[in-house]
Amino acid sequence: MSYLPPEELRAQAKQLYIQLKGKQLTNKERMHIPLQDMPSQAPDTRIKNMEEVTCGYSKEQAYVEAMRCLQCKKAPCVAGCPVRIDIPGFIKAITEENFQKAIDIIKKDSLLPAICGRVCPQEVQCQAPCTLGKALKDVEKAVSIGRLERFVADWEREQGKVSVPAVAKSTGKRVAIVGSGPAGITVAADVRRHGHEVVIFEAFHKTGGVMVYGIPEFRLPKAIVQAEVDLLKKMGVTIKTNFLVGRTRNLIKLLKQDGFDAIFIGTGAGLPKFMHIEGENLVGVFSANEYLTRANLMKAYDRERSHTPIFHSRKVAVFGGGNVAMDAARMAQRLGAEVVNVIYRRTEKEMPARAEEVAHAKEEGIVFHLLKNAQRILGDEQGRVKGIECLSYELGEPDDSGRRRPVPIKGSESYVDVDTVIVSIGNDSNPLIKQTTEGLEINKWGNILVDENCKTSLDGVYAGGDIVLGAATVILAMGQGRTAAGAISARLEAR
Amino acid sequence: MNKIIEKVQLAENVYKIRIEAPLIAEERKPGQFVIVQITTDYAERIPLTIADADPGQGTITLIFQVVGKTTHNLALLNKGDIIENVLGPLGRPTHIEKSGTVVCIGGGIGIAPLHPIVKALKQAGNKVIIILGARTKELLILEQEMKAVADQLIICTDDGSYGRKALVTEPLKELCEQNPKPDKVFAIGPAIMMKFCAETTRAFAVPTVVSLNTIMVDGTGMCGGCRVSVGGKTKFVCVDGPEFDGHQVDFDNMMLRLKAYQNFEHKAYEDCRLENEIAKKTGGESI
Repeated sequence: MSYLPPEELRAQAKQLYIQLKGKQLTNKERMHIPLQDMPSQAPDTRIKNMEEVTCGYSKEQAYVEAMRCLQCKKAPCVAGCPVRIDIPGFIKAITEENFQKAIDIIKKDSLLPAICGRVCPQEVQCQAPCTLGKALKDVEKAVSIGRLERFVADWEREQGKVSVPAVAKSTGKRVAIVGSGPAGITVAADVRRHGHEVVIFEAFHKTGGVMVYGIPEFRLPKAIVQAEVDLLKKMGVTIKTNFLVGRTRNLIKLLKQDGFDAIFIGTGAGLPKFMHIEGENLVGVFSANEYLTRANLMKAYDRERSHTPIFHSRKVAVFGGGNVAMDAARMAQRLGAEVVNVIYRRTEKEMPARAEEVAHAKEEGIVFHLLKNAQRILGDEQGRVKGIECLSYELGEPDDSGRRRPVPIKGSESYVDVDTVIVSIGNDSNPLIKQTTEGLEINKWGNILVDENCKTSLDGVYAGGDIVLGAATVILAMGQGRTAAGAISARLEAR
Repeated sequence: MNKIIEKVQLAENVYKIRIEAPLIAEERKPGQFVIVQITTDYAERIPLTIADADPGQGTITLIFQVVGKTTHNLALLNKGDIIENVLGPLGRPTHIEKSGTVVCIGGGIGIAPLHPIVKALKQAGNKVIIILGARTKELLILEQEMKAVADQLIICTDDGSYGRKALVTEPLKELCEQNPKPDKVFAIGPAIMMKFCAETTRAFAVPTVVSLNTIMVDGTGMCGGCRVSVGGKTKFVCVDGPEFDGHQVDFDNMMLRLKAYQNFEHKAYEDCRLENEIAKKTGGESI
């Protein structure tokens, strides 16, 4: 697929819009409407800036894309959505050009549509079972549900029409939320609506969790995250930054001494995994968390103004194939690296990253080494990275995750010349809350154990998001947040 | 928002500030540290050990040496100024127990974090022998405070301007050679000093605790920038430490990692120092 500038895509859509407007279409005709590509900055331009890569649909593009939806009765897309948004409903509203109605439908089930529309892996969720995609025998030709979601969410924000959700009369009950990422934000909004006092405790100096320290500006503009946080504040939610639950104050004290009636733990999976291979502590080896936190949260990309240093890399290797790996690779390139290599031990099909991120990374010139894995990192006499030694792999039988297990090929060593390695193979759960909270049960991976209501082994304490799921996605964190919020409100109202 | 209540210069480039931080003052224990960021938007986050705390007044005391741009800017702040972000207390507290005779070695700015540990060890009923090391007499800090708790105080300077002209490892070795030898050693200071203290005690099999101060961003386990190799395993200083068995730490690797941003830091510090010089000379506002 070759790159087309936004003006061209929009002009094409305008033509189609005029042709289609007001027409009653048969399913066959809908199937022939071309998929609306996401307009984006040109690859050679965007690798030189930090601005958002994608520009969003125009009104006409949204209309045309929405007209592709077959409005099928069984709506398999809804089952594919972790929070069960009424997808055909909101898409229908777009075809009626009633964008307010569309966003209202989404907001019944999702609190963060502008964010989820951008970062959800739609091709394995709502868009995977899409009837249109099935009929066209290509999941990439499914209705672009995520892009439509983003369109209406952006429309609402740009119109200044985001209303502050109504808050019920004060109940006098207090809820503490640990962590201000997607799970915490969701619980805060839902619980606050019921009239409970809500305090969010955030360890960093800024709110938003992974959405501000991890996901780069070029994929999720921080102004959008800030808008969600501002909304919480307008609802009367208190946010305490620089507060590490477990150290600044422990969880039991919040519950027993500080008068909180319930606590939600949404601390994320904040403990980067390493490969445990030779050379991993050389100078120039970073976790993706560190690299991205320096670049995003600490704004090290702004070399003039930021006081936080970031490595000046020429040749980079990123280990891993998830969204974070794509973010790190693309960030390294924007920070001036000449060559950025992604090393992944399976094939592109098994990559956990969103298809759009992989496509964007390729357009931007990131070099993919598939079926390869680093087996050691080599250093020079100053202890700095000078290269990596890789082994080639082939795919064997499926493993527990259902993906085919990569098997190393003997004697297939190869060498890649790099000065920086970014390890992006996921996170373990941070042990701090467990260490400082007696009676909180965890599994063998350190994830907090919860029941179907997201309640932990401690009375009044709930948990959700990555600290429960292991490394997952924004939407799954939000889904758990909703479940926990429902259970918390039910508990407080029963008392 | 943490207001500076008091600021004192202790030595050339060494400052003591007492800041408002009531929750940290209440919770902190010897051995713990904070992450400090002067302003939210572009400033760096740096780890500093807590030298003292007053829960009644709701303040903590930080002692720092100007080594780069951020500590330089911190030293420019005065009483009444605000440090926007202070996170803590972080790290595992020192394991304080009655061991018998404990030798506590503080080198340079490392004397500051050693002070609360020494007090706690003394309170736990240990005989405390303190060895303080500094490059020269003017750089020695907290001598009186240490004298007040020490059963024996040994001072060494590199140039012999005060106390013994020796490295701290010299008296340490002598103490280890005595019978009975010390039951435990704490060493806090520059990495190279801690390395040689650990090397000295290894031969005598005296358990030696070191407190590491590595590069950090968040201080909560999230970034892994602070990782060190301890007994062949990778550990995070912020959540697994900052204290480790000195005999197990790979100091050589740690010292290399500390220099990761050296060029950047040196340039940033120089630029910022020059800017301030120019500002002073032209009568403008310093940054």
